[in-house]
Parts: sequence; C-alpha cells; structure tokens
Amino acid sequence: MNVPVIGVLALQGDVREHVAALRAEGAEVRSVRRADELTGVDGIVVPGGESTTIGKLAARFGLLEPLRSAVRSGLPAYGTCAGMVLLADRLLDAPPDQPTVGGLDVTVRRNAFGRQADSFESTVRFAGLDGPPLQAVFIRAPWVEEAAGDVEVLGRVEGGPADGRIVAVRQRNVVATSFHPELTGDRRVHALFVEIVRRHLAQEAGVGTRRPAGDERGQS
Amino acid sequence: MAPSPDQAATGTELVKRGMAEQLKGGVIMDVVTPEQARIAEDAGAVAVMALERVPADIRVQGGIARMSDPDMIQGIIDAVSIPVMAKARIGHFVEAQVLQSLGVDYIDESEVLTPADEAHHIDKSAFTVPFVCGATDLGEALRRISEGAAMIRSKGEAGTGNVVEATRHMRALRAGIRRLATLDETELFVAAKELRAPVELVREVARLGKLPVVLFTAGGLATPADAAMMMQLGAEGVFVGSGIFKSGDPAQRAAAIVQATTFFDDADVIAKVSRGLGEPMVGINVATLPESERFATRGW
Repeated sequence: MNVPVIGVLALQGDVREHVAALRAEGAEVRSVRRADELTGVDGIVVPGGESTTIGKLAARFGLLEPLRSAVRSGLPAYGTCAGMVLLADRLLDAPPDQPTVGGLDVTVRRNAFGRQADSFESTVRFAGLDGPPLQAVFIRAPWVEEAAGDVEVLGRVEGGPADGRIVAVRQRNVVATSFHPELTGDRRVHALFVEIVRRHLAQEAGVGTRRPAGDERGQS
Repeated sequence: MAPSPDQAATGTELVKRGMAEQLKGGVIMDVVTPEQARIAEDAGAVAVMALERVPADIRVQGGIARMSDPDMIQGIIDAVSIPVMAKARIGHFVEAQVLQSLGVDYIDESEVLTPADEAHHIDKSAFTVPFVCGATDLGEALRRISEGAAMIRSKGEAGTGNVVEATRHMRALRAGIRRLATLDETELFVAAKELRAPVELVREVARLGKLPVVLFTAGGLATPADAAMMMQLGAEGVFVGSGIFKSGDPAQRAAAIVQATTFFDDADVIAKVSRGLGEPMVGINVATLPESERFATRGW
C-alpha cells in the first residue's frame, strides 16, 4: 500500500507535534513553507498557531492561492484551532482583511471562548471514533458559529457556558477541530485524517492518473 | 486527572504550556501604545508585550521600572486580536494578580523591571494565567519551570540592540541540555545538585533532549539576521523589545523579522528581507556596561 504524503503548513505554530502524530500514524510528512512544496502532497494539515500570522505569511509567500485551489479541488485538509480559522469560508471577530484559505462552508468565531484565562481542557465525544471521549485542550480557541450545506458536526462542547457549541466538523475531505489533538498524545483524529487521505488516494488511482496537489485542473 | 465532560478545567499545565506551543516560530513584539500594537499585528506578530517603556528607554531614564498602568495595558488589549503579554517585577506576586485580573494572556516575570524580591520568584503555579521567565543557563531555566513557568526565554541583555548575551544564553542552554543526554542515572543526581534543580525535571530534560516547555530567545535582537541566528541556535521563537520601535522604519523591520524567523534557515529570504530597512536601533556595547546596569544578573 502506498504511503500517503502529508504536508504540514510550517509558517508558524505547533508544527512539530502534528508532524510527530502523522508520522506515528504511518504517513510520510513534509513541512510546507513555499508553494512548490505543495507539489506531490496528498493531504495538508494547518496547525495551531496564530491565524493572523499564518494567514499573512501564506499571502506574502504566495501560498494562499495554491492552497485555496488545492483544497477546493479536493485535497484533504485538517486544521486545528488557527487551522480551523484558516479553513473557514467565513469569519467573525477577525481583523477585516484577515486572509483565509477556506474550503469549509462554516462561519467560525475567532477567540470565541475568551482570552487565555478562559482556555481549558475538557472531553469531547467525537462522532465516529471508537473508545472513550477525546481529551480536548482549547487554547484561545475558535468555535463554529454556524455550519451550512453538507458540513457534518462531529463534536460539541458539553456543559458550561458554551454548552452545545460546535468544535469539530467535517465536510467531505476537510476536517477541523477547535481543540488540539496534537498536544495530548491521543492520535485518533490524526488516524482518521490519514485514513481520509488514503481513501482519497485510492479513489483517485481508481479514477485514473493522479495529479499533483495544487493543480486544480482535471480534478472533480 | 481527566475532567468529566461537564467539568472544564482552566489553568492546567497543559493549557498553560500548550498556549506557548501555539506561539512557536513566531515573533513577540514590545509595544507601548495601541498604535504600535496594531503595527505589530499587521506585521504578523504572534503576540505583543504591552509595557510603558521599552528596555532602551528604561536604561536611559533610570529609576524604578514597574508594572505598566492598567489603562495602558487595557488600551492595547482592546486594540488587537492577537495575545497580549505584560511584565511583572521579579517576585511581585500582586502585580501578577493585577495583570491576571486585567485579562492579559501571558505574564513575563521580567528582569527588565526592577526586582521586588531578592530571594523569591513568584509562585507561578498558583495562577491561572501562564508565565514566561528569563534564564541565562539550564539551571536557571529549570528553577523557573519548577516554580510553574510555562515558557522560558533567554534573558540576553535587553535594550542594548546587542545580541551577544542572547547568544551566550542560548548556547549555554543548548550545551546544558546536550550534556544531560550523555549522563547515566547516578550522574543525573549530581547534575541536579549542580544545576540546583529538581531531579525529576533534570531526568525529563535528559530523556526529551529539550526543555519540557517552549524556549524562546530575547534580549538585544535588532535585525532579521539576529532573529534567524537565534532560531538556528535552537530558539523556538523570538521576543523583540526595543529593536523594532526604536528603529527607523518599525513596520517594515517588524515584517522583516517575522519573515526571517519563519525562514530562519534560508539565507536568500533573510538577505531579501534585510534590504533597505533603514536605521536599526542604536546599540550599546555590553562589555562597557557597568555591572549595576546589567539586567541579566537580576534573578537567580
């Protein structure tokens, strides 16, 4: 079986933790800081970090458009925290010019839970994962204010003032969590993402020639 | 202890250390006004440090340097959407309580301010808000972590525009960590005694080959090349104090330092962003600084 090649956007943030989790789940992992490093990746992870910083650096180094077209044409993507913000089609409480990649038909509220003093850990029951609820750490985290279209809600906050808020979503090949599975050592969400990438690869192999990621033509 | 689904736990070690993990690869900039904070955010800073006077001015003006006015900190919190840090004096736990109450995202227990206690640092584990502390070597870093620091930075020599002390501290930290990895269990006990640090922490560093918290660099950085050099020496991110807003073109220099920090191993990018930045801050030769004017010797 082919080893999937997964890129981790490495402009800023907790890149190392994602790299380690993806490797442990059997993926070949590459850091992506330039547009040409997107060529040949079968999936992309947008890490936790500061979404304004990552967005600005992506724009400045010509990564935003290639990422947008790759995700829109089906490249599997997973974003945590800042990554969720960057994969959202619409933002609330963000600077007006904050650049995003998009791809998820959701409205995401930045820093929705409050400042660092309100950051917390809890557990989240994650739809489709076997075993106990996930330990979830929320750090100045966003939430999904509204999910549209065929977005599946995979997890919500339980209890407390934010009870019921959406914190994990999937739309086709794009997954996002408000919290940071990369920080807890529980790799079930990373395993799920690697599986999505594998299936996407197998599907494409069945359809015909595989095209490099970043080339939006010819993929449906 | 795993909390049950309806029990959210704030201020845990994971929440505090995890916050610093999100700042990695980024630049934290000293700002004294909301306008400067917005310039920093626009340039791509991952956080700002709100303070009344940058270290270079503290040096010039002298006197006792204290926590900033809450109004001034609040103004900066309101101006930007990125995290806001602020400084408390070494040992001044009430300044830290005030900063926590204001809602700052990280407290820097900082040698740049005049120490308030000559024997005790703040008990940082008692707070919900996380702390970053300065260190000159591994022992000092581990003592701060044992008090609850969730992030460490080199002290360097703030407000000088001279990176030599930051280099010394980053090399000392790196060498100290490397040395531990070569020791056996018996030797680690002795090392803990020499480092004046808890043996559990010493063992953890030996096993991980790194600190158990994020390590940034600070103190005297003034150019994109300074930032990239510290990253190549093992820093996971950088603080820039006086270096940005004491220079000729702060917006451009700030953006350049952000880019050089991300592409710290790419000399072509560093060369490109270093062009036409205008005047850097005026520097001070650390060797000519009298002992009493050195910030790095504050704290222990």
